[in-house]
Amino acid sequence: MTTIGLTTPAAPATMDGPATPAPGRRVASRGWRAAGYVALVLAVVALLLPFYWMVMSSLKTNSDVFTVPIKWVPDTLVWRNYVDIWQRSDMTTWLRNTLLLSVLVTLLQVLTGSFAAYGFARIRFPGRNLLFLAYIGTIAVPWQSYMIPQFILMSKLHLSNTLWAIVALQAFGAFGVFLMKQFYETIPEELSESARVDGLSEFGIYRRIMLPLSRPALASLTLLTFVTTWNDYLGPLIYLRSPELRTIQLGLRTFISQYNAEYALIMTGSVLSVLPVAVIFLLGQRHFVEGIATTGLKG
Amino acid sequence: MAATLTRPRPGRSRLVWRNTIAGWSFILPNFVGFALLTLAPVMALFYLAFTNWNVFGVAEWTGLANFRRMWGDASFWTALRNTLYYTVLHIPLTMAAALGLALLLNRRIRGVGFFRTAAFFPYITSIVAIAVVWNQLFSPEYGPVNAFLRAVGVHSPPGWTTSADWSMPAVVIVGTWREMGYYMLLFLAGLQTIPTQLYEAAKIDGATAWQRFRHVTIPGLRPTTFFVVVMLTIGSFKVFDLILVMTEGGPGQSTLVLSQYIYQKGFVENQFGYASAVSIVLFAICFGVTAVQFWINNRRENR
Repeated sequence: MTTIGLTTPAAPATMDGPATPAPGRRVASRGWRAAGYVALVLAVVALLLPFYWMVMSSLKTNSDVFTVPIKWVPDTLVWRNYVDIWQRSDMTTWLRNTLLLSVLVTLLQVLTGSFAAYGFARIRFPGRNLLFLAYIGTIAVPWQSYMIPQFILMSKLHLSNTLWAIVALQAFGAFGVFLMKQFYETIPEELSESARVDGLSEFGIYRRIMLPLSRPALASLTLLTFVTTWNDYLGPLIYLRSPELRTIQLGLRTFISQYNAEYALIMTGSVLSVLPVAVIFLLGQRHFVEGIATTGLKG
Repeated sequence: MAATLTRPRPGRSRLVWRNTIAGWSFILPNFVGFALLTLAPVMALFYLAFTNWNVFGVAEWTGLANFRRMWGDASFWTALRNTLYYTVLHIPLTMAAALGLALLLNRRIRGVGFFRTAAFFPYITSIVAIAVVWNQLFSPEYGPVNAFLRAVGVHSPPGWTTSADWSMPAVVIVGTWREMGYYMLLFLAGLQTIPTQLYEAAKIDGATAWQRFRHVTIPGLRPTTFFVVVMLTIGSFKVFDLILVMTEGGPGQSTLVLSQYIYQKGFVENQFGYASAVSIVLFAICFGVTAVQFWINNRRENR
């Protein structure tokens, strides 16, 4: 990676690296510094309190979720909730469907997206810019404005009420093409030029040079696509009508309306729906930031 | 490239031809899906909106009938008004929160990585989980939000999602909470492109912290701010999942928004033609707002 002096594009806001100091503030007085810390701590409490509530409520008895005064720490931790929910819901089916969709969509998006991005970034041919403009244009158009004709089309293709509908819907978005193109354009042109002179085909250049070099961007795209698909609610809501096709988001939603007074169990379900994404996020947070800094876009 | 460019003409046209084939073969696998599932539906929208169509029948051309109906449709106007209300509240709040966080975190402080991660976390959490948790937090009688408000002396705290007046602010608060970390990242990236020499020069000239913020940070962040506003606008106009799961548009129609109205007319009531007409309005607003913002930005840069 770094051997050829390549740097990741525009990813200055890493989450763990020390921030480049803004010198204007370095000599700020002790008072301002303290005030800054207080503001930060308050902001973090506000940001994380809902998650604390979610986890704590999932470990309470149902009657302990809402009490006056509020119990911030449960008397006893009710781990049973995590057993109960598997027995009272189709959690296994939901998680399996969601995992299947997320993996399939991510694979297709990364493969076709990076492939197309190479065509846009490196091969000059008539009509290329116009074609790319069509891709960009659809990013600015909200999906909700064309979900109706899309639904009609999918019904005609007999894809509605199948998991394929979600795959078709999510896998060919403009997002992957855009992210990968942005990245490829930071790779020096001379590299592919000299490979061309050496007789490597375009596919060979993509496969042997671009793909290995773009590992960080591929990781970003993989994580962002996976998480987006995992969390998608509207797509499955429209297309997946049968109970056995439900994703975790749909399943959780139906569980909530079915057991709307079982606050603790509902929170248990919520934790289970967030957990996989939380783990993935913590493992790959650097790539999330890179992906967003590269494109500024998601979903 | 230089070698190929100096080739005689027949070779060049063959090169163009070869490149076209190569380019398309790379783009094609993605383009087939993209054209069929995104481009075609976008174009079909402009036909459907002028038809009367429910699921089982045949599309029947009705000209402007759908748009005339929309003109007299009180629910449509409510949805449009609510969407604007959400947008007008959501954009400045999120911008301020995101920029504030970014300024706080653009320093060499202990635990900066943890803070940034924490701020971004809500953004990747599912809407359904977020909505349930916040509905509990906002619970009028027993929820922690109102418990806190009572503790600081508010005698009759708002009913949040159970009240027609407070449901939209409640949704906006959750939307802002969820998205501020994402825009914070964009601002952080923007802040780090501002050359540090500018701050040093300003300080030598005796500029106060506020003056440095006003005359160095704000102008330096202009491209980022522009981008953030565009994204926030599109995001606000298409708000849907959050509202559907938190309030289902209620109480009454107090949080009914355009996307939800499209969903309602199209997928619940099977009026595809009419729903498409409403879609065109959403499409036009987003397209128009983005175009205007680009125009303003270009003019400012050319000055």
